[in-house]
Amino acid sequence: MNPIPPTGMIIPTEPGRHFRAGKFDFWSFFFSGLTGLATLLILAILAVLLGNIIINGWPNLSWHFVSTIPRKDFFDPATTGVLPMIIGTTIRVFVMTIFVLPIGVITAIYLTEYAPTDSMLTRIIRAAVNNLAGVPSIVFGLFGLGFFINFIGRNLDEFLQNPGPVWGQPAVLWASLTLAVMTLPVVIVATEESLKAIPLGLREASLALGATKLETICKVVLPQALPGIMTGGILAVSRAAGEVAPILFTGVAYYMASLPSKLSDQFMDLGYHVFVLSTQSPDIERTRPILYATVLVLLLLTFALNFVAILIRARVRKKLRALG
Amino acid sequence: MPPNQGNRTHGWMGIHRGHRARPLEWIAERGIFLVALSTILMIFLIFVFVGREAMPILFGQENSALIKPVIPPEEMDRLKPEELQAYLGLSDKAFRQMERETLRELMIVKQEAQEEIPEQLRNDPDAHLNTTEWSAMLLPRQWSGYDEPVYIWQPIGSIHKYNIVPLIIGSLKVTLVGLLVAVPLAVGAAIYVSQLARPRVREVVKPVIEMLSGIPSVVIGFFALLVMASVLQSVFGYQTRLNAFVAGIALSFAVIPLVFSIAEDALTSVPRSYTQAALALGASRWQTAWQIVLPTALPGVFAAVVLGFGRAIGETMIVLMVCSASVVSWSIFDSARTITTTIAAEMAEAVAGGHHYRILFMLGAILFAVTFISNLIGDVVIHRLKHRLEGKR
Repeated sequence: MNPIPPTGMIIPTEPGRHFRAGKFDFWSFFFSGLTGLATLLILAILAVLLGNIIINGWPNLSWHFVSTIPRKDFFDPATTGVLPMIIGTTIRVFVMTIFVLPIGVITAIYLTEYAPTDSMLTRIIRAAVNNLAGVPSIVFGLFGLGFFINFIGRNLDEFLQNPGPVWGQPAVLWASLTLAVMTLPVVIVATEESLKAIPLGLREASLALGATKLETICKVVLPQALPGIMTGGILAVSRAAGEVAPILFTGVAYYMASLPSKLSDQFMDLGYHVFVLSTQSPDIERTRPILYATVLVLLLLTFALNFVAILIRARVRKKLRALG
Repeated sequence: MPPNQGNRTHGWMGIHRGHRARPLEWIAERGIFLVALSTILMIFLIFVFVGREAMPILFGQENSALIKPVIPPEEMDRLKPEELQAYLGLSDKAFRQMERETLRELMIVKQEAQEEIPEQLRNDPDAHLNTTEWSAMLLPRQWSGYDEPVYIWQPIGSIHKYNIVPLIIGSLKVTLVGLLVAVPLAVGAAIYVSQLARPRVREVVKPVIEMLSGIPSVVIGFFALLVMASVLQSVFGYQTRLNAFVAGIALSFAVIPLVFSIAEDALTSVPRSYTQAALALGASRWQTAWQIVLPTALPGVFAAVVLGFGRAIGETMIVLMVCSASVVSWSIFDSARTITTTIAAEMAEAVAGGHHYRILFMLGAILFAVTFISNLIGDVVIHRLKHRLEGKR
């Protein structure tokens, strides 16, 4: 039971806080607590998951582990390493970025700067972006197999008159392109958000000074939106780095003796390696330490990137709120 | 609102500052427009190329029967070219390139292959059945050696059994468990974070929950397999260690951040004036959240659930790592094989262009259709809600 605040008391500026001074209502208290509990439970899940991996993975992580190319039997903790997987994941993500960033950013520019707000076409493009974000990753894998490998790759082989399949089989390039299609919405949404946050006044000032629309976009809008675009790129990279389903049929290899050197090579992958280690190990107790270490490497790669993206985004949001 | 009105001047021969005066700019703008169409193109291509591989199954043109009528090579000339091509199962191009003699050879090989089938199989009615027919894929059948009609997915052995009902049940079972766990938690957290928590708490909690979506699904699968499965078994004491229940709970970890962020977004988009009015009338924070904000944003929460369903039914790696035996059972404590895991596990063994390959693509097409529809519903509902709330503001 809170007493009614005496007149002359300073009312806190936080919105809604001073309304708490009402009658104590048990059910309100109970249900508020319940939703708070749900929040806590989600945070606890995250904490247990990360804590478990860090506690069990950190002692097993060593420079030797990160920098060794394993022999065929990579289940042996003494001689195994994850260097080819780290390199494979990095390459496929890097190639993907080359494709997805320009297309994603240009699409976002069209949607915010050029597209008529309520036209049917704009709505269809937006629906397509949202829909693309919701397509299951395994369907992207099938798409990569059916379109990139079986259609483009095979026809390319025929056109180049290759003696055997060079492009008509799983390869880094196809895996990267499949991932690029998958992460396109991530880049578009992040870029669009950062473009929308730029005050209209900046564009108007530039136009008033005689710059054309394209000049305004290239020289005024885009530099301002750069942190947002970077965020989009990082989010796409971190999403793609952890995805396994789309690359299952489009490029990943169970084991390769050498590192990939051409775009038409297959590659080993960290996420897939986690899958292999945890489901196909002959002795799970023996592989457990290296499994944890591999998961930790994967998490460090994807999660660190994600964290950086969230930080940049928070900072940009704050800055833009101050601006506009 | 972007500045896209009022800057297109229609001057004569480019005297005004406009598009015609700058051809390069005009070309660049067309280019931007064309690139923007790429997302539509991608959706279209996914439709076409996943559908293309599944087409023969969808239209019943595939025949997977082990024993087929044999046409003796002597009767080759009596066949029309199309019939011959279909009989030999050749593509247009391969058929056109082949010599008459090669075709004849192929017919002889085919005849010999049919003759080599053991007598025992020859008398089996199953060997004459086209298992890619819709009736064989959807209805139970009493296979030889079974006492009663069963639903069975078994793409190995001499007769491949392609009944997709176990996979659909498996998918629904795992998805249902995942949603039953994820939705209350995520919506509860969304209500708390958007309506009840202090701004400072909100600023910390929201990004942290969103961080959960950054965890790769293969890591969640690993965690479920190595840690959760044993813990849950010792708590609930069921028989099979790896089952749909474990998979569903692990799945919920992947669905929670999605449902949370959409529901939270919908709840925060309810105009301030609504909550202020309710609070001014003496409602508590909870009463306002439950009786004013939640009903207003309910379509958004519904959309969150629908989109969460799409995410859950399409999740592959988590379920693949936790359980994969195909059994027909609605019990969540039995194992389950979902549509996604079937595709992921069996595509490597399937021969490109074969029945198994095409059936897996058909499963992918079904999955794509289901998620496409659920995405569309979610999208439209959110769009309407935003429109209504902004209109009223």
